[in-house]
Parts: sequence; C-alpha cells; structure tokens
Amino acid sequence: MSILQDANREQISRRRKIDWILHVLFIAATAVGILALMALLVNIMMDGLSRLSPDLFTNYPSRMASKAGLKSAIVGSIYMVLIMTPISFILGVGAAIYLEEYAKKNWLTRLIQLNISTLAGVPSIVYGILGLTIFVRGMHLDRSLLSGALTMTLLILPIIIVSAQEALRAVPRQRRDASFALGATRWQTVSGSVLPSAMPGVLTGVILALSRAIGETAPLVMIGALTFVAFLPNGIMDSFTVMPIQIFNWISRPQEAFHELAAAGIILLLGLLLIMNFSAILLRNKYSKNL
Amino acid sequence: MNQAKERPGITSISFKNKKTYILDRAMPLFLFLCAAVSIVTTIGIVYTLLSETVDFFRKIPIFDFIFGTKWSPLIAPKAFGILPLLSGTMLITIIACLFAIPVGLACAIYLSEYAPTRVRKIVKPVLEVLAGVPTIVYGYFALTFVTPLIRMIFPDTGVFNALSAGIVVGIMIIPMVSSLSEDAMQAVPRSLRNGAYALGATRFEVALKVVVPAAFSGIVSSAVLAFSRAIGETMIVAVAAGATPKLTFNPLESIQTMTGYIVQVSLGDIPHGSIEYGTIYAVGMALFIITFLLNILALWVARRFREEY
Repeated sequence: MSILQDANREQISRRRKIDWILHVLFIAATAVGILALMALLVNIMMDGLSRLSPDLFTNYPSRMASKAGLKSAIVGSIYMVLIMTPISFILGVGAAIYLEEYAKKNWLTRLIQLNISTLAGVPSIVYGILGLTIFVRGMHLDRSLLSGALTMTLLILPIIIVSAQEALRAVPRQRRDASFALGATRWQTVSGSVLPSAMPGVLTGVILALSRAIGETAPLVMIGALTFVAFLPNGIMDSFTVMPIQIFNWISRPQEAFHELAAAGIILLLGLLLIMNFSAILLRNKYSKNL
Repeated sequence: MNQAKERPGITSISFKNKKTYILDRAMPLFLFLCAAVSIVTTIGIVYTLLSETVDFFRKIPIFDFIFGTKWSPLIAPKAFGILPLLSGTMLITIIACLFAIPVGLACAIYLSEYAPTRVRKIVKPVLEVLAGVPTIVYGYFALTFVTPLIRMIFPDTGVFNALSAGIVVGIMIIPMVSSLSEDAMQAVPRSLRNGAYALGATRFEVALKVVVPAAFSGIVSSAVLAFSRAIGETMIVAVAAGATPKLTFNPLESIQTMTGYIVQVSLGDIPHGSIEYGTIYAVGMALFIITFLLNILALWVARRFREEY
C-alpha cells in the first residue's frame, strides 16, 4: 500500500511541476505581446519626440527634412473623416437595422449576412483596386478626396454593420413590444425606441471603424493619394494626402532625418487614435450602465 | 396593407399620421438598399478583378502566370510567373504564423484558464490595442527596431528581409488568434472543467485535455483567419520586406509579396491599359481568391466542427 502511495505522490508532484512550468510559459507568451507593444511605443517615442514641434502642424511637406510638416496630411485626414462619417453611418446602420429588424429569415438574408462576414476578411488593398477601377476611373472622380472617402467607406462598412447589429440585438425584446403596444408603427418603434437605446453601442462601433480608416494606408496608395501636396484641398474633388500616406513616404526615404519625422507623425497618429478609442470606451461604459 | 384595413380611420387622419404611414412603408426599402450595398461591393470586386484579369490572360498565357518561376513585369526581359510573389507571401505568412499561433494560443489559455480576473481585465484591452495599431506603424517598427536587432545576430542580413517583416506581421495577428481562441474557450461550459478538476486534474491537464479539444473548432478557425490576414497584410511588407521578387525560402533575404508588388506598381506611373497595369489585377485576383477561400474555410470549420453543449 505504501509503495503505491509513494508512487502516486511522485506522479502527483510531477504533474504539478508540469503545470507550474507551463503556467510560467503561458505568462511568458502573454508577456510577448505586451512587451512588443512597449518596445514599439518606446522606439517611436525615442525617435520622434525631438521632432514633435508646432512646425509639424504648420509646415507643408518639403524636400528638406528640417522644413517638412504634416499640415496638408492632417487636414486631408480630417476632411476624409468628415466625408466618410455621414455616408458610412447611414449605410452601415441602415443595413444593420434592415438585417436585425426587418429582414425575413430567408436565403437572401443569409446571403447578405455571409457576404458581410467574408467582406470583412478581404485584404484592404483589394478595396484599393476596387476604388481605383470604379471611383477613380469608372466614375471619373479622379484621385480626389471623394474617391478616397468612398473607397474607405466600403472598407469599413462590414465593421460598422456587424457592431451595429450586435448593439441592436442587445436591445431587450420588451422595448419593442412596449412601443408596438402603444400603437407605434415598425419604423416609429425602430427610430423612436430601439435605435436610441442602441445608440451608444452603435456609436462605439462607428468610432472604432473610423479609427481603423484613419490609420489605413494601402487602399489610398492604390487610388493614388499624393505624397507631395503643398496646398490644402478646397473641395471634395481636390487631390489630397493623409497622415499615414505621408508617414509611409517619409519611411521610404533613406535619410535618418525623415525617419524621425515619420516617428513624430506616428506619435500624432497614435495620439489621435488613442483619443478616439478612449471616447469609444467612455461610450461603452455609459452603455453598460444604462442597460 | 392588411393592418391598415383592420384599423379603420388610418386613411382619414391628419397629415402627421400620413407622413408616419409613408415613412413606415418607405424605410424598409431604403434600409434594404443599404444592406444591398454589401452585395454590390462584392459583385464590384469580382467584376473589376475578373474583367481586367481576363484581358491580361489574353496577352499572357494563364499557364505561364501560375507556373512561371520568374516575375519581372517592369524590366526586360519581361516574365510573368507569379510563383516568386507567391513564395514571398507564403514565407512571410509562415514566419508570422509560426510566431503568432503558439504565442496567441498560449496567451488565450493563460487568459481563459489561469489568469485572475483582475489580470485579465488589464491584459485583454492591452492586447486589443495591438490589434488597433495602424499597419504603417508596424512597418516603421519592423524597419527601425526589429531589422537592426536581427542584423545584430545575423550580420549579413539585408536591410530589407522577410524575417523582420514576418515577425512583425506575427505580432500584429497575435491579438486575433488570442481573442478569438479565448472566446471559444470561454464558451466551454464550467461544468466540464469542474468534472475534470473533481477527478484530480491539474489546470494544465484541464486546459489541454478538456478545454482545448472542446474549443478546437474555434481555435482552428481563428488560426485560419489569422493566416488569411497575414497573406493580405500590405504596409508592413511594403516597408520592411523589400521589392525583389525571388523564389527563395531564406528568411534573411529581401523578397516581394503579392501585396508588396501591387503597392510598388501603384506608386509608379503605369499607363492605364498596359500589360504592367493588368498585372495589378491578375495579382489582386490571386490574392482575393486565396483569402476568400481561407475565410470561407474558417467559417466552415467553426460551424462544422463546433461541439455543442
């Protein structure tokens, strides 16, 4: 009996040791991601902080690193978001409302749903090819702000639709029933009761999607956003540049000075994204309190 | 219509109600059109890629394109074999997945099975930040941090190399593997774990023999999605992997991926309608087909092999 007990004890302690070793390994693996993020941030801060000055906001791109700035790129990014926000909000939330509140459970609905989830996985550069062919050449919008904004809208629509659908699904059934019981039509119910209640969740999704669009580079390279824009766009048909494109251009140059400029630009870009994500989190917290 | 008949008086009411009525009829149509945009987008993608690609294959035999081992569309002697681009893409993707799938999976197991709630609440959002960093920022990181690090270890590595880009693409897809796998693990019922614990299993045994098998479909599906994401990744490879299409499996050499090639061409000034212009579409088509099939595979795996409890 005692031999058996000893053997058992040995086996248990061996298994415990394995458990402990893997526990450490799993923590190490988790730390890899966090350390990578730290390294990335520290690396960019060290390269870019010295270049972070008001000149960055007020100067146009230049051949000389000491005079180069991000003015046209910052304004271009802001304009693009301003054009994109209403279009993508209406289309994305509209599609989500249709799928959640109106659509019958038939093959067409299933097809649209499947289509949206596969569209979310299409590489962004393919959207660039689409934008180049349809908007820039097909509709003769040329390499304009509008072409860029429309291409980006198509890119972020699947993200907005999926998150808006989740927000709508979280609205309790009773809210709709109460509204119908008061004699409201379906649209009155949706617009007066369901949508307002889902709004924080919907807005969170829209903000996150927009922040994805701000950092996206590849599709805009495709549709030919310029890298040397020494003027501010006056209308939606003007050519433009955006922050990630300008950063890409600076990274591609061999000189160290331009790399520092790129790092400074990245700090600005990350700061902007941080603000947007923070507001999304605030909205989400408000949302969970209301529910 | 039926409802209107059942409720007498709805036709003879004030202007406001009439507006309500019209809105109630018109909105579904408008909303349907919004939803239809997604279908139109897909049709648009397939149509644009297909029409130009067919044109391209009239000039270049499709056999040469798929099996050709030399890619040199811009410089004479011209050659249009996609294999070098494909091998470059696969090299990056495999490096990225070799790095990201074990790390991401271990991360998911830690967060789901080991971590105290307090740690989880901090670590999860931090990993989500990794997923939100723009790819151009990762490109900068690869070129100015990871590449010098690699060159310290292997001094004869080029400034542009597949290893650096691959590792950074891997960092980018870690959160994708970890969060999707963790979701799948969280969905495994508590009672299964408790059963195993009651038999005296350690946490690792519970994770390996109960939770991972039960969540297997979700884990595989997350890995496939991450793989597909790595194939389509553009800016990191455009910045850090180089622009020399080469049929090699040496990760320390400069290579070019399909996405990297498309970016390179669109940065230059290629006349519309030329063969060089057509290559964007042919390569784009190949990229689209590969990622599309992988995404469908991920969806199928998640559904087909899901364990229901």
